[in-house]
This record gives sequence, C-alpha cells and structure tokens, in this order.
Amino acid sequence: MAIEVRIPTILRTYTDGAKAVDGSGETLQALIDDLEGNHPGIKDRLIESGDLRRFVNVYINDEDVRFMGGLDAELSDGDQVVVLPAVAGGAGSSAQPVGR
Amino acid sequence: MTRYDSLLESVGGTPLIGLPRLSPSPDVRIWAKMEDRNPTGSIKDRPALKMIEQAEKDGTLRPGATILEPTSGNTGISLAMAAKLKGYRIVCVMPENTSEERRQLLRMWGAEIVSSPAAGGSNEAVRVAKKIAGEHPDWVMLYQYGNEANALAHEEGTGPELLADLPEITHFVAGLGTTGTLMGVSRFFRSAKPDVRIVAAEPRYGELVYGLRNLDEGFVPELYDASLIDSRFSVGPRDAVRRVRELLELEGIFAGISTGAILHAALGQAAKAVKAGERADIAFVVCDGGWKYLSTGAYEGTVDEAEDRLDGQLWA
Repeated sequence: MAIEVRIPTILRTYTDGAKAVDGSGETLQALIDDLEGNHPGIKDRLIESGDLRRFVNVYINDEDVRFMGGLDAELSDGDQVVVLPAVAGGAGSSAQPVGR
Repeated sequence: MTRYDSLLESVGGTPLIGLPRLSPSPDVRIWAKMEDRNPTGSIKDRPALKMIEQAEKDGTLRPGATILEPTSGNTGISLAMAAKLKGYRIVCVMPENTSEERRQLLRMWGAEIVSSPAAGGSNEAVRVAKKIAGEHPDWVMLYQYGNEANALAHEEGTGPELLADLPEITHFVAGLGTTGTLMGVSRFFRSAKPDVRIVAAEPRYGELVYGLRNLDEGFVPELYDASLIDSRFSVGPRDAVRRVRELLELEGIFAGISTGAILHAALGQAAKAVKAGERADIAFVVCDGGWKYLSTGAYEGTVDEAEDRLDGQLWA
C-alpha cells in the first residue's frame, strides 16, 4: 500500500529535502508512525499530546482530516496526503507575489 | 426594495442565481450567492459595515476616530468606503508586495497604507497591525479575524437571505479566510435548519507562500470554531482557475479566483449527491468579481500558464 505524502518546505530537513515521500498505513496515525521509521523526528513535528498540532493542517485527497476522524482518518492505496502550515487568508486578499 | 437612502443602506440583499449548465441534474442544483453586487463589489461590505456599527454602538468608535486594520484587500476597501461616508480616518496594514490596483483603490477611498514585510504575507500584516495598535491605544482595530460582528453580519444577513430564497437548501459552501462567513451562516442554519451541511473551501497556495512558515507560529483566526463546519477542502490554483473559467464560459459570471475554489468544492458536493442518488440544493458564495485579479494572469492563456503565474501568489 503506497500513499504519497507531500511535505512542506519547513519539514524537509527530515526527508533529505524530498518534497514528497511514500508511506503506508490504514489510518493517518499508522501512516505517521510509518513515516517516523524512515524519517526520525517528523512525528514530533506533526503530533502533540496525541493529537495533530494546532498549526499543522493535513489533507487526504484535499479534504481536511480534522473532519474525517483526525488521526483515525482512514487511508486507501493511492490516496494523496498533503501537510501544510496554517496561514492567514481572506476572501479577496490581494494577489501578492512572494519571493520573486 | 430597490431604493435606499444612502450607499451604506444598500449593503446585502444580494441575488441568488441558479446555474443550470453547471448543475449536474434537475435534482442536484447549484446556486450562486452574488456577493459581488455589494456597494464596493465584494462580500466584505457586510462584515465591514457591521463591525463599524457595532463599535459605534458599544462606544469604542467615536466621531473622528482612526480605524486600523490588517487587510490586503476587500475588507480594507469596504472599511475605507464606510469610513469615508461616516467620517473616520483609516489606516490599512498590508504586505508590501500587494498589487498596485489594491493600493490605488484604497487610496481613492481615502485609506492610508502601512506596509508590512512581504515575506510573512497576511500573518505578518496581522502581527504588524497588532504592534501598531499597541503603540496607538486610541486607534480602533476592528480586527476582522477575531471580531464577532464579522460573523454576526452573516448570521443576520447572508444566512436568512439564503433560506428565504432557497428554502430547500441542503449545502452551503464558502471560502475560509477570516472564517466569518462560514461561522455566521452556520450559526444561523444550525438553529434555523440544522440539516444544512456547511462546507469550507480553503485556498492552497504555492510552496513559496508556505515556505517560511514555522509550524509553531501558524495562524488560526480567533473566530474559527471547527464544530460549525462539516467538511473542509483544500483547493489549489489549478482547480480554482479551471472553475472560475467554467463559471464564465458556461454561466456568464465573471468572478474572482477565490470564487473558483469555492465553486470547485460546491461541484464536489454535487458529484457526491449524484453518486448517492440524493437531492441537493447547493448554495455557494461569489465573493467578488474578477476585475481586481486580471493582472494576476489567471484569465489568460492556458490553465497551465495561469497555474504557473499564480504560483507564489496569495490568489485568494
């Protein structure tokens, strides 16, 4: 079972700079445990006191896991998981080029 | 009612427009709440006016006062319009790389602009505004991310309007920024029609936007209450651009890019309803028109080209 996990820039120190890594697990918790095996330290950046960290957002096929059971959210082969930091926004914040 | 005593009186009361070509079937229909029809052309006129009225009522905003707000866009324009008509001074804090159209519009309505460093985006603008507020205790920061009047504008306005126009509503889909629209509309429906599903569409930006963010110093608006939302989707620029173009191509509506992201989530709900063989009437928010975003390049060339151009921009 292969699940692609997209890693934000800030966490790529744990993945040797890789933007995406493969993992496996039938739940998000199992997937993160699996990632920890290959990328030690990453789990602690995602989870705090048994729950996702407040400013970490995780999506399974674009849906926020907090509305799918959190760490118990179920995964299937071929799912895509995206990890992102929480940022401020607003409908119609202007288009702002960043860093270019 | 189509006659008003002043521009401020005309905020809200926007039309709900059916989308027969984008709706998958007569049983699963999609409806656009046209918030671009507000006085300054965006949904933000509702919370801006409500926040000012509330602050006047509780005495924090007195004649001649200075309003301070971290905003890179529509809220600033809405506040500046209301401030001009009501005689307040307004200072907007916005990232230094905000588009020139925005700056010109804000200046025309009389706003003064303080720039915050580009690198931190909106998070940084919020931080700088909070610092300035500390230095000027007499200035009034309405603070849309934490001001209950923001959500209240939708609980008292947007929500009841939707139910009146679409009593059979099953889903409400809106963008997740300050979270005010979703919180307010959800509060209304949780009490008036609790089976309405509340769906959030959150813009997913390019890597450059998230690149420098520290996971321990993120930002979740004070208004946000996850229990008022049923599901939340992350929508990238490619889907947003594709949908905003379909909206114009198939239904003739010219909307801003964030509306494309919201429509994408609405169509996702529609597809689920079709698959489940359920009836659905899905209302989503058209936040504003596309005019202010023409310079982003989202409306020209192929979707691939538009996606490339939006990479690294805060497009919603």
